[in-house]
Amino acid sequence: MGVLQIVVVIVILLLLVKPVGTYLYHVFSNEPNRTDRWFARTEKGIYSLIGLKKRGGMSWKKYAISFVLTNIVLVAFSYIFLRLQKGLPLNPSGIGNMEETLTFNTVISFMTNTNLQHYSGETGVSYFSQMAVMTMLMFTSAASGFSVAVAFVRGITGQKSVGNFFEDFVKAHIRIFIPLAVLVTLIMVGLHVPQTLKPTLAVTTLDGQTQQIAIGPIASLESIKHLGTNGGGFFGANSAHPFENPSPLTNVLEILSMWMLPASLPYMYGLFAKNKRQGWMIFSAMMTLFVLFLGLNYYSETQGNPAINAMGIDSSQGSMEGKEVRFGIAQSALFTTVTTAATTGTVNNMHDTQTPLGSITPLTLMMLNNVFGGKGVGLVNMLMYAILGVFLCGLMVGRTPEFLGRKIEAREMKLIAIAILIHPLIILVPTAGAFLTNLGNGSISNPGFHGMTQVLYEYTSAAANNGSGFEGLADNTSFWNITTGVVMMLGRYVSIIAMLAVAGSMIKKKPVPETIGTFRTDNGLFTGILIGTVLIIGALTFLPVIVLGPIAEYLTLR
Amino acid sequence: MVNSIELEEEQQSMSKGAYFLMVVRLSVVFIVLCGIIYPLATTAIAQVVMPSQANGSLLTNKAGVVVGSELIGQNFTDPALFHGRVSSIDYKAEASGSNNYGPSNPDMLQRTKDFITQWQLDNPEVPLNKLPVDLITNSGSGLDPDITPASAIVQIPRISNLTGIPTSQLEELVAKTTKGRDLGLFGEERVNVLKLNMALSEMSAK
Repeated sequence: MGVLQIVVVIVILLLLVKPVGTYLYHVFSNEPNRTDRWFARTEKGIYSLIGLKKRGGMSWKKYAISFVLTNIVLVAFSYIFLRLQKGLPLNPSGIGNMEETLTFNTVISFMTNTNLQHYSGETGVSYFSQMAVMTMLMFTSAASGFSVAVAFVRGITGQKSVGNFFEDFVKAHIRIFIPLAVLVTLIMVGLHVPQTLKPTLAVTTLDGQTQQIAIGPIASLESIKHLGTNGGGFFGANSAHPFENPSPLTNVLEILSMWMLPASLPYMYGLFAKNKRQGWMIFSAMMTLFVLFLGLNYYSETQGNPAINAMGIDSSQGSMEGKEVRFGIAQSALFTTVTTAATTGTVNNMHDTQTPLGSITPLTLMMLNNVFGGKGVGLVNMLMYAILGVFLCGLMVGRTPEFLGRKIEAREMKLIAIAILIHPLIILVPTAGAFLTNLGNGSISNPGFHGMTQVLYEYTSAAANNGSGFEGLADNTSFWNITTGVVMMLGRYVSIIAMLAVAGSMIKKKPVPETIGTFRTDNGLFTGILIGTVLIIGALTFLPVIVLGPIAEYLTLR
Repeated sequence: MVNSIELEEEQQSMSKGAYFLMVVRLSVVFIVLCGIIYPLATTAIAQVVMPSQANGSLLTNKAGVVVGSELIGQNFTDPALFHGRVSSIDYKAEASGSNNYGPSNPDMLQRTKDFITQWQLDNPEVPLNKLPVDLITNSGSGLDPDITPASAIVQIPRISNLTGIPTSQLEELVAKTTKGRDLGLFGEERVNVLKLNMALSEMSAK
């Protein structure tokens, strides 16, 4: 039953890829199509509200600047809202203003689509902040990332230009995120996720005690949290909280919400490249890696924690510490794998409590950061590895490498090298740094090798813009707020700008005609090379540190 | 190359100030749309169409008094009632979460050992290898409303001794309260502890 319910969810996803990918292509191909009838008028209204007169294509630099500037302005507004939330409306529980470094961390975290949360939703933010900061940034950061991914795809597939950032940004909201979010919100409420502005409830329990139950506008945040692969929970316990995720059905809905759009992007890319096989090859490389890591987590969690199994109880359920009964192992393992593959960062079980081998899955998927990936970034990273794979093969046979009929030269490879190297750099250096100081060491809540993994996980999650955590780490201190804030920023913007530059340079190249000697990138061999490149370049960098953390813990726990 | 010349012209057509103002206007539009209109509109629809679900799925007793939410677990200490899972926050639902103990954490292993020792004192009739692991572990949220049917069944001998209700009736009660997998496929079988105890209290009152 465990494996069957996982397979059914994967099959539903596979059925969604083609229609959703086609829809995304229609939205962003900027050619007249049926979706205009529904949305064009609203969009025209917004264009005139903001004073956007011409919607011509931008240069990659202009696109990048528009993207960064919009993010800066949104961050500025959000910072002000959080610092003044005490006096702003919709604060029925009387929550105070947020502290400076925590606010810095929070706004960066939500703008970069990370949603690492060093505050607790119940006690740290007002309903107004949950709506106008958290929910709003969940939309805008997802739309930003999506726009950039589309621009990159336009660039490497040789469209007329990378597009217009403002147009893409508006379209992503109006044609994708807002309609889907409204729909998912209402389904969620139907499945018992609360949506109310009432303050915390007080009830007298059956046992005669008083219980305060935190509540609020949860469903509207929950839907975009997954659709936008954001992952920041309304409550501290995130999607493990019964109000955020009341049943296995909502669990499946949340999984599909966060997985559907990233998984459809390779198909959209295939349509842009006028070569659907190309898209499916990228998709199958992602799916192969996904199933591999899902298997590891599921197997390890069903085996349970050896130290607890040795106590002589009935441990046939597997490792249940930090998990919810309604989800069991299957729905928890699938959720964990999807949330770190799609870099959402929402959790329905506590990753800190997972078995050592099980925790390798979320950790490695974030280190790779290209198995489906969050809004756009995953596809961009995977294509980056694809270009790298083509380059490596080119070196082996001594030909100038080509990708989609365009030569790959020194400038592109330098930019790709920057994007690939920045990721391990901003994970491993701060991790090592944190151990050198008491500010870092003092926050570790689990002794031994597991403590090492806690710190590693925090920076990996920040760098991959994932946002899940080994939440035992006492991370609401200035040290953690500032260092992870900086890592999140670098993790998001350096690679995005580098990849936009690649797109800008590819778009200018003259296509070279395909010959018999051209290395094909749309067959099974290439999928194999792609997976190999990802594992060798991506994973080997991190192997030593994985040995120090989870594997060492596994060996000592047996 | 023709394209890039067009691009240059498009960019120059707008001054820096006007461009920045446009970005600010864009931001304000989406703050209002996504941050205010969207959550308030969905709240309004939810409150009108599905008020029970939208307000926390509250449960009331026979007298019409709210006793809690069917989704949020409660702390049961009375040995004559069914108990839920371990919760480091004692089911205080103004917050949520757990200690996040790693699998090798000595505090977690000690907590589990202590729990088992106490369990054996309270439930001498039940062999240890029948004690399901979900009952001795902390849920992720600390508010898990459910236990597995097996975890309810192992508590029956204790409750039967204390209340005098025959075990067969209690078994029937557990079977009746057990919720199957969603659509017969997703998730796990589970028993809502609050609902189970409400039914048990009614039974004792008779």
